[in-house]
Amino acid sequence: MPIRTVYEAKIEHMQILDEDGNLDKKLAKGTLTDNQVIHLYEQMRICRELDEVAFKLQRSGRMGTYPQNKGQEANAVGSALAMKKGTDWIVPAYRENAALFMHGLPMHYVLVYWMGDERGSKMPDGVNITPLSVPIGTHMLHATGIAWAHKIRKDKDAAVITYFGDGATSEGDFHGAMNFAATQQVPLVFYCQNNQWAISVPRERQMKSETVAQKALAYGIPTMQVDGNDIFAVYKATKEARARAVKGGGPTFIEGVTYRLGDHTTADDARRYRDPKEVEAWVAKDPLIRTRLYLESVGKWDDKKQKTLEEQAKKITAEVVRTAEEIEAPHASDMFDSMYAELPPQLIKQRETMRTSSIGQNPEQAGLKASPERV
Amino acid sequence: MTTLPMIESKIHPAVGEWELPEFVAEHELPSREGDRIIQYREALREAMSHEMRNDERVFLIGEEVAEYNGAYKVSQGMLDEFGPKRIIDSPISENGFAGMCIGAAMAGLRPIVEFMSWSFSLVAADPILNNAPKMLYMSGGQWGCPIVFRGNDGAGGQLGSTHSWCVEGMFSNVPGLKMAIPSNPYDAKGLLATAIRDPDPVFFLESERMLGDKAHVPEEQYYIPFGRARKTREGDACTLVSWGRPANFCLDAAEKLAEDGIECDVLDMRTIRPLDMDAIVDSLKKTNRVVVVDQSWPFGSVASEVVSQICEHAFDHLDHQPVRVNTRDVPTPYAKGLEYEYLPNPERIAEAVRGVVNA
Repeated sequence: MPIRTVYEAKIEHMQILDEDGNLDKKLAKGTLTDNQVIHLYEQMRICRELDEVAFKLQRSGRMGTYPQNKGQEANAVGSALAMKKGTDWIVPAYRENAALFMHGLPMHYVLVYWMGDERGSKMPDGVNITPLSVPIGTHMLHATGIAWAHKIRKDKDAAVITYFGDGATSEGDFHGAMNFAATQQVPLVFYCQNNQWAISVPRERQMKSETVAQKALAYGIPTMQVDGNDIFAVYKATKEARARAVKGGGPTFIEGVTYRLGDHTTADDARRYRDPKEVEAWVAKDPLIRTRLYLESVGKWDDKKQKTLEEQAKKITAEVVRTAEEIEAPHASDMFDSMYAELPPQLIKQRETMRTSSIGQNPEQAGLKASPERV
Repeated sequence: MTTLPMIESKIHPAVGEWELPEFVAEHELPSREGDRIIQYREALREAMSHEMRNDERVFLIGEEVAEYNGAYKVSQGMLDEFGPKRIIDSPISENGFAGMCIGAAMAGLRPIVEFMSWSFSLVAADPILNNAPKMLYMSGGQWGCPIVFRGNDGAGGQLGSTHSWCVEGMFSNVPGLKMAIPSNPYDAKGLLATAIRDPDPVFFLESERMLGDKAHVPEEQYYIPFGRARKTREGDACTLVSWGRPANFCLDAAEKLAEDGIECDVLDMRTIRPLDMDAIVDSLKKTNRVVVVDQSWPFGSVASEVVSQICEHAFDHLDHQPVRVNTRDVPTPYAKGLEYEYLPNPERIAEAVRGVVNA
C-alpha cells in the first residue's frame, strides 16, 4: 500500500494596514469605519500615555512592578472592538489594558491593582472582565470554563476572549485549555499576543514551530496569523472568530504578531538581551505610527488633532493617577475579608487578636498579650 | 473624565445565588440506625444525585465518570439519569479540567470535580491550590469559587507510592479551602451534600479502601455542618482524635483497649478545615490525655497542627505530652506487610494509648 498523506495544513497571515499606513481596500471592506479608526487610535494613544506614566510611577516608588503594553496596543483595541461589550467576557493576562478600558474597566483600577491592592480586581457591575492573571497560562483554563458555562446555560450571543503571550503556549495549561475548548466546542477566542519574547527568551528558542498559530491545528481549532500591529486585521480576524463562536462553531485561535517595545516589566532591562537593531526595526512598525499615517492619508487627522489628543491623554492620565492614589489604603484587619463566603470562627478570633502574637488562642494566655506599643 | 469610587465587596452576580442548607443538631439528624444498608460509594452518589436533581447548575466531571460509570463506580447510573451534558468524561488532564471548572464556577455553575485519586491532583496543583482557594481573596471578594474536588485519598490498597498520596497534610496548609474527610457512609452522604451547597471550594477526601464499606444511610438528603466533630465512643482514660479511614481504626483499638479496662473518648473530626477544636478541648478536660491518629506523613501533618493547637488551647489540661500516630516517614511501600506497618493501624494506636495511659 502506498504511503498516503492524511493531513495537510497551512497558516495564513493577514495584513490589511501596512507599516507605512497603506490600506488593502479589498480586505478592509466591511471592517472599520474611519470614525472607528479614530476611536481606536485615541484609545491606543491614551493607553500609551498611561503606560509611560505608570513606568514613571514605578521608578519614583509610587507603584509596584508594572508590565508595559507599549507596542502591542493594536491587538487589544482591535479585538476589544470586535467583541460585544457587556455581553462577552474578557479573561485577560496583563498586557491588554486598552481592551479592558474599552469594555468598561475604569482606568484607575489597573493602577490600583499594580499599586498592590486587590480591590483593583473588583469589577464594577456589568463589567465582564475577570481579574488580571499574572501566572502564565492559568487563566486560559478559566476562560475555557467560562465559555463552557455559557454553552451549557445556552447563553446565546455570548462569547469569551482570552489573551496570552507566545510564552504561555509552552505551558500545560495552554494544552488543557485548547483541548477542552475544542472537544467541548465552547464559544471562545484564544488571542495570542506573540510579542516575540518570553522575558529574555526569544520565540525561536521557546518553540520549534515556525508560527504559534499552527499549534492550534493539532487541536482541530481554526487558526490564523495576523499582523498584530494592524487594527484592521486584528479586528477582522476577531470579528470572524466571535461570529463563529456565537454560531456554535467553537473556538478560534488568533496569533497577533507584535512586539514588546518595552521591558518585560519594570523589574526587567531588555537592553541586556535584545539587539537594539531589532527593537529599532519594530519601532517603525508601531501601531500608533501607521494608524496615524492612515488617518492623515484619508484626511481625518492632522497635527492640531494630534496635539489636542495628546493634551487630552495627559489630562486623563493625570486624573486617573490622582484617583488611584487618593483611594484609602486598606486597613490591616481587611486582610481577613474575602477569605470565605462567611468568615469562620477561627479567623474571626485571629482578626480580633491580630495585634498580639496569638494565632487564634486566648490572648489572655501568658505571653500572648500585645506589647504596649502595639495596643 | 469621570472617576468612579471603589465598589463595595460583593460576590459577582455571575457566580449566582448560594444558600446554605439549614443545619440541625446532631441528634436531630435522621437516625444512623436502620436497615437501609448501602455502600459508602452509593452514599456519595445519592448526595450528588439529589443535589443535581434540585440544582441544574451542578454537574460532575472527571476521568471515566460517565460511560464507564466511574473508575470506582461512584457515579454508576448517573449518566443515564442526567445525560452527557452533566456527567462528563474528561480527557486525561487533571490540570485541564480542574482549571476549567474554576472558570465554570466563576461563571455560575457548581462543578463537582472527581479525581480518580487525589494522587493525580498533584498535576493540578496550580488550579486547586493557587486559584480556587484564592479566587475570592484576590478579586477583593468578588469571585467566589463554589466547587467540590473529590476523590480517593490515602494508602492501603497496595497501589504503590505514587498512587497512595494522602494529601490532607499538604493541602490543608492553604487558607481559603475547606476540607472534609468522612470515615463512614452516613457521614459521606451528609458531608458531600453540604460540600455541594457550600459557596467555597471544598476538598472532599474519600478512600478507595472504604468505598465498599456498608452501613445504614437514610434515603432523605441531610446536611452535616462543617466544623462539627462526632464523638463515636465515650471514655475517660484518653482522647483519640482522628478523621477519615483511621477514625475506624481508633474504634477498633478502643474496643481492644476496653477489654483491659481502658476506656477512650473517640472523636471523628469529619472536617479538617474548619477544625472543631472545641470538641477536642472539651474531651481533654475529662481525659487529660490525647493520641492523634493521622494517615499522612508526620512532618507538618494535620496531626502536628492538632497537637500544636492542643498545646495552645488546652496546655493546662494535659497530664501527658500529646502523642501522634502517623504513617512512617517514608514513601508508601508497595509490599502488603510493609504497607500495613507503614499506616496507622489498630495495634499501633492501642500501643500509643497504653503508653500514654500507663505513664
